[in-house]
Amino acid sequence: MGWNEFAFLLRGLQWTVALSLVGFIGGGVFGLAVALARTSGQPLLERVTAGYIGLFQGTPLLMQLFVVYYGLALIGLKLDAWVAVSIGFTLHASAFLGEIWRGSIQAVPRGQTEAANALSLHYVSRMKDVVLPQAFRISLPATVGFLVQLIKGTSLAAIVGFTELARAGNIVSNQTFKPLLVFAVVGALYFVMCWPLSLYGAHLERRFAAASR
Amino acid sequence: MAAANASPAPASAQPMIAMRGVEKWYGDYKALTDINLTVASGEKIVLCGPSGSGKSTLIRCINHLEPYSAGEIRVDGTLLGDDRKTIDAVRREVGMVFQQFNLFPHLTVMQNCTLAPMRSRGLGKAQAEAVARRLLDRVKILDQADKFPAQLSGGQQQRVAIARALCMKPKVMLFDEPTSALDPEMVKEVLDTMISLAEDGMTMICVTHEMGFARQVADRVIFMAGGAIVEEGHPAEFFKAPKHERTRKFLGEILGH
Amino acid sequence: MGGNVGYQLDFSVVWDALPSLLWACLGTIGLAVSGMLLAIVIGVGGVMLRDSRFKPARWAVMAFVELIRNTPFLVQIFFIFFALPLIGLRLDPTPTAILALGINGGAYAIEIIRGGVQSIGKGQIEAGLALGLHKAQVFRLIVLKPALRAIFPSLTSQFVLLTLTTSVASAISAYELTSVAQQIESNTFRSFEVYGTITVFYLVMSWLLMRVFDQISRRYFSYPVK
Ligand SMILES: Nc1ncnc2c1ncn2[C@@H]1O[C@H](COP(=O)(O)OP(=O)(O)OP(=O)(O)O)[C@@H](O)[C@H]1O
Ligand SMILES: [Mg+2]
Repeated sequence: MGWNEFAFLLRGLQWTVALSLVGFIGGGVFGLAVALARTSGQPLLERVTAGYIGLFQGTPLLMQLFVVYYGLALIGLKLDAWVAVSIGFTLHASAFLGEIWRGSIQAVPRGQTEAANALSLHYVSRMKDVVLPQAFRISLPATVGFLVQLIKGTSLAAIVGFTELARAGNIVSNQTFKPLLVFAVVGALYFVMCWPLSLYGAHLERRFAAASR
Repeated sequence: MAAANASPAPASAQPMIAMRGVEKWYGDYKALTDINLTVASGEKIVLCGPSGSGKSTLIRCINHLEPYSAGEIRVDGTLLGDDRKTIDAVRREVGMVFQQFNLFPHLTVMQNCTLAPMRSRGLGKAQAEAVARRLLDRVKILDQADKFPAQLSGGQQQRVAIARALCMKPKVMLFDEPTSALDPEMVKEVLDTMISLAEDGMTMICVTHEMGFARQVADRVIFMAGGAIVEEGHPAEFFKAPKHERTRKFLGEILGH
Repeated sequence: MGGNVGYQLDFSVVWDALPSLLWACLGTIGLAVSGMLLAIVIGVGGVMLRDSRFKPARWAVMAFVELIRNTPFLVQIFFIFFALPLIGLRLDPTPTAILALGINGGAYAIEIIRGGVQSIGKGQIEAGLALGLHKAQVFRLIVLKPALRAIFPSLTSQFVLLTLTTSVASAISAYELTSVAQQIESNTFRSFEVYGTITVFYLVMSWLLMRVFDQISRRYFSYPVK
């Protein structure tokens, strides 16, 4: 494996990062909507979002990507693989982040909502100024943990045919006939991305546990 | 020595517990220094002293929850060694009650009481339950026999813990601050149970700061500091005229003078 | 709009392939169960090494856990797939997948089991010893059930996750649902129908598993805690 191959892996890495960011940001926006709907107090909304979350938690990520990929083609959208997997990861992340943030919103003491109501704050301000900032802090360790899951999960885009890091590894491995070396390098690149995040998540968790004691 | 006279056992009888020159080291920290203590059968000892003075360590050495580093400990004549046989023999004769009750959460009150008699003494279920019923009745908690520990109050749990230890028919009972984790209104029910046990002639060593209990029940009060026994005496003298400055200071603190 | 206008959904190919898909569900469960059993063995062994006095063993376990948890399963399974022949082990894809699932699940099991053991207070063990029970009895009669209760929820959700992860084993063509679906798809080109159907199968499997575990936990771990 020479420099050319390594450079090819790094280009794959760029796509992995891009895909993770798109999924995380897109999933974050929709996930917030899911979390708010899930805690809205409207039975129908809560039921629907609970089903949405359950659907994504109860099926393999690979199937989610396949179904989105072929489903979009089915309704006549001939999209680039890049766009299709981005949509897949965004939906996936919105369900998981929605569930994490639902938990955090519900972990904010009830008294906070009651105090906000007593101050006659309306829904938007109650959420934006009182509940969500506290929920955000509570959710941080789990959110960072999910980001690690997501980065690892983007490797499955390889199976759909999108050339990110894992698929780049596959290609290089087929060219060089050194699969072990190539996948060790690929694994190391993932590790370099994920490990600091994991450590940071664990650090946040410890700090949070210490603060709430 | 006054303490020796207070002992109810005849001088010729073999002591229930005999500690000679016992030391305990945690790494290079010496937690017990030259402990010499003889407890006659039926005698009640109250052990007190500031936090970290080695009270728990001392009684935990007696049933080998902590191995001791030097000296010797005999329980009812058996020399407590590091081998499993003597440890087993001693633990079957010595009951212990902990500050945090330590009931087994997945077992009912009855099962808590029958577990060790069945598994360690080899009693049949019916026999073990008969014994347990008698002792649960004695600590006035028989009506809760089928509940789980989490469904009982702290005082009730501690009474179950006492009954559980008694089910092994021990010759000695060790208590490590049995009332310190209890809400004030529950302290009395546990102390009453201990007093009735004392009246029945049980040999007892109690680590406690309940000085009313000490006055009423103890044959000897022992004061420890820095891992050593500083002073001991009959409660009447011990409380009225403590000999050592450290004892006076300690009593002043806990009696709120 | 592309050439797909007027595309008609056709589930008849799925209907024809139903027997092989249902058998493949058993393949998936078999893969998950064997992988989980291996994961638990690795978990128990790992915890013992992790808390042993032998420092290099502790470090090795910690490194193993971090390595597995911070790399994708797809890369792990490829690595193992290519590494086994080099150490002289010729395994079929399915046993290879079980090995990979077990190693991956094992890293998570170590953390879960360790938490369970640590959740049992020292006082429980001391109370058992003070009552004259032996170490082995204390473990079996006093520590085991509360520890199992403590780890049961995380361990079973880990199992459901592992069941879903088995679909990645299709990358090395192990016998399981996704691989079988891929074969059917490549013969019929009915991608959406095939993958949509097996997605529902996965959903049903994970739902059933959760129900079963819930029942077990109600039956065996129903004692109250404060
Ligand atoms: N496992 C251990 N390792 C190291 N040091 C210990 C250990 N257990 C106890 N010690 C030390 O031994 C000394 C005596 O402890 P011990 O628990 O016997 O005190 P105590 O008199 O019972 O105090 P308290 O009233 O707080 O219960 C303390 O300084 C303690 O820090
Ligand atoms: Mg103590």
